Amino acid sequence: MNTKNLELPSYLEKGESVTKTLAAIKEREVVLEVKQLSKTFDSTKGPVTALNDVSFKTHRREFVTVIGPSGCGKSTLIRILAGLETQTHGEVLLDGKAVSGPGPDRGMVFQGYTLFPWLTVKKNVMFGLSCQGKTRATAESEAMQWVDLVGLEKFANAYPDQLSGGMKQRVAIARSLAAQPRILLMDEPFGALDAQTRVRMQEYLMEIWRNIDITILFITHDLDEAILLADRILVLKAHPGEIQEVIEVPVPRPRSSEQLLSPEFLATRQRLEELIHPPLDNDDTKPNMFRMVNVDDDVEPLL
Amino acid sequence: MTFSTSNWFVPRTSLNTVRSRWLTILSFLVPVLIWCIVSYTPFIWHPNIQITEPGSVSYFKTGIQVKRDRFDAEVEKARKASVKIPQGVRVNPVYLPAPHEVAIAFYTSFTTEPKRRSEQWLHESLWHSITVIFWGFFLSSIVAVPLGILCGTYATFSKFHEPFIEFFRYLPAPAFGALAVAILGIHDAPKIAIIFIGTFFQQVLIVANTTRKLDLSLIEASLTLGAKRLQLLFKVVVPGILPDLYRDLRILLGWAWTYLIVAELIGTSSGITWFITQQARYKNFDNVFAAILMIGIIGLFSDIVLSKLGRKLFPWDKTTTKGG
Ligand SMILES: Nc1ncnc2c1ncn2[C@@H]1O[C@H](COP(=O)(O)OP(=O)(O)O)[C@@H](O)[C@H]1O
Ligand SMILES: [Mg+2]
Repeated sequence: MNTKNLELPSYLEKGESVTKTLAAIKEREVVLEVKQLSKTFDSTKGPVTALNDVSFKTHRREFVTVIGPSGCGKSTLIRILAGLETQTHGEVLLDGKAVSGPGPDRGMVFQGYTLFPWLTVKKNVMFGLSCQGKTRATAESEAMQWVDLVGLEKFANAYPDQLSGGMKQRVAIARSLAAQPRILLMDEPFGALDAQTRVRMQEYLMEIWRNIDITILFITHDLDEAILLADRILVLKAHPGEIQEVIEVPVPRPRSSEQLLSPEFLATRQRLEELIHPPLDNDDTKPNMFRMVNVDDDVEPLL
Repeated sequence: MTFSTSNWFVPRTSLNTVRSRWLTILSFLVPVLIWCIVSYTPFIWHPNIQITEPGSVSYFKTGIQVKRDRFDAEVEKARKASVKIPQGVRVNPVYLPAPHEVAIAFYTSFTTEPKRRSEQWLHESLWHSITVIFWGFFLSSIVAVPLGILCGTYATFSKFHEPFIEFFRYLPAPAFGALAVAILGIHDAPKIAIIFIGTFFQQVLIVANTTRKLDLSLIEASLTLGAKRLQLLFKVVVPGILPDLYRDLRILLGWAWTYLIVAELIGTSSGITWFITQQARYKNFDNVFAAILMIGIIGLFSDIVLSKLGRKLFPWDKTTTKGG
């Protein structure tokens, strides 16, 4: 989309309601605090710094999205937060307490669904509950509430293999939420879905988020998705992965995909494009357009 | 798919039911047919002559078999000397009985009383073999499967056990025959030990590898849902690998039959192998074939039963429900 020539307001300009909402969020308690997080991988080609000095806070019931080019360390960041990877430096605090290692207080939704194929939808959702030592009956009734919430009661006894991608991801969300995490970490959860399903899933997720007490940290490489969902956007840059800007989204809630063309939305989108796709002086990613086959047509003069 | 019904060679696509049924039947029918042709048409092979009338040849006796060229030479000689010409019919060697002979032997070997009172009926021999296999395989599995799963899950177990097992699996199980007899006596114990040795080491390594193939992200997902050590093993790793583990065990059970034949020869020979060697000594090759056939039938039948059971047990598993 070319937004360069449009007359747009600044993405920093916010309406009154948005300013109020954002201020209210900042008043709330801090759920997750990340302090000077760094991560260096030792690969065969020498050390790779995936993350460098990343610090931020998320408040209760805040929706934060993280966006950045491919390979900038988004997955590394969320995996450290989930405890699946250990940081080289820095600290992760959940409700003020340092965490290390994975735990049910930080739910995770992966791009690849990761449902247990041998369990039915209901039993997948029950997994976290029975790990916490709940009785079968309690776990089952609680799980069914979550299955209802994501609208899959009819498929409660189906195996994951029998579901579509969108349905699988709804089960994965229900499964994570059922374990009652303080924060839900999502790593490009809708990245593998087709465009229509993705839009519906975004609406689903916002609906769920509105109705329950959950803080969400959501990773994406899709600009529209990052804006549509977020209160704040953390924009990362690559090599090394650092936060280059934090954007407070000026689009009022409740959101819907109709706002994709609103001035606030486009202004934010323009800013993200500048940050993520900076104009290159020496563009070596441009294809080398020599003619593989001689084309004898009369279209060329028209171009 | 219309495409696959018109074409016999579409990669990784199943044939229609009529075709696959026919191919299955043919896969058994063709070998039997070849056997019939070789057995019943004298001009295909039949390299020997069975003497029906020794004539003037002193070393020919009624019923013995001689090579055809030898027989022809003797006939020629007798003709020249104008003495009584020997008579004979073309036959296959004794070690290749005709299908109907084996079929009859198959029936009679079950109904014939053993020659000596100390000897066993065929079905008793078979049952004895099956119990030896069962115990060898069972004892191996109850140790190897848990160990393999631990090795596949935790590097600590893997590094501590696998190098030695890797070394040991190259030692041929039959090499331990004499040792097993010396330690465990001459009856069933050393035979079970040979099957155990032959199965165990492969089993640990195969189960460990199957465990390692479990999608790591499933383990990670379970950790973020709060699964702890034992829960991780029993609620994720074990159910996650179960269909593959089951397939591994089916294949390993087939290998155990191979070790059985060696195992039964050590100490006092017993079971189906005893029956086969005994019958070969009496030159009852029809019985030998019948017994070998019996092993094949038991193997095939038990595998079909296990495969059907697998589909019942693992309804979510795509690889067992399709094909197989
Ligand atoms: N296990 C690993 N070993 C070595 N390098 C890694 C490993 N995981 C990620 N990296 C590197 O870290 C960088 C960030 O990766 P990742 O977090 O997956 O990026 P993103 O999710 O933003 O696409 C990449 O350059 C990648 O090559
Ligand atoms: Mg990633």
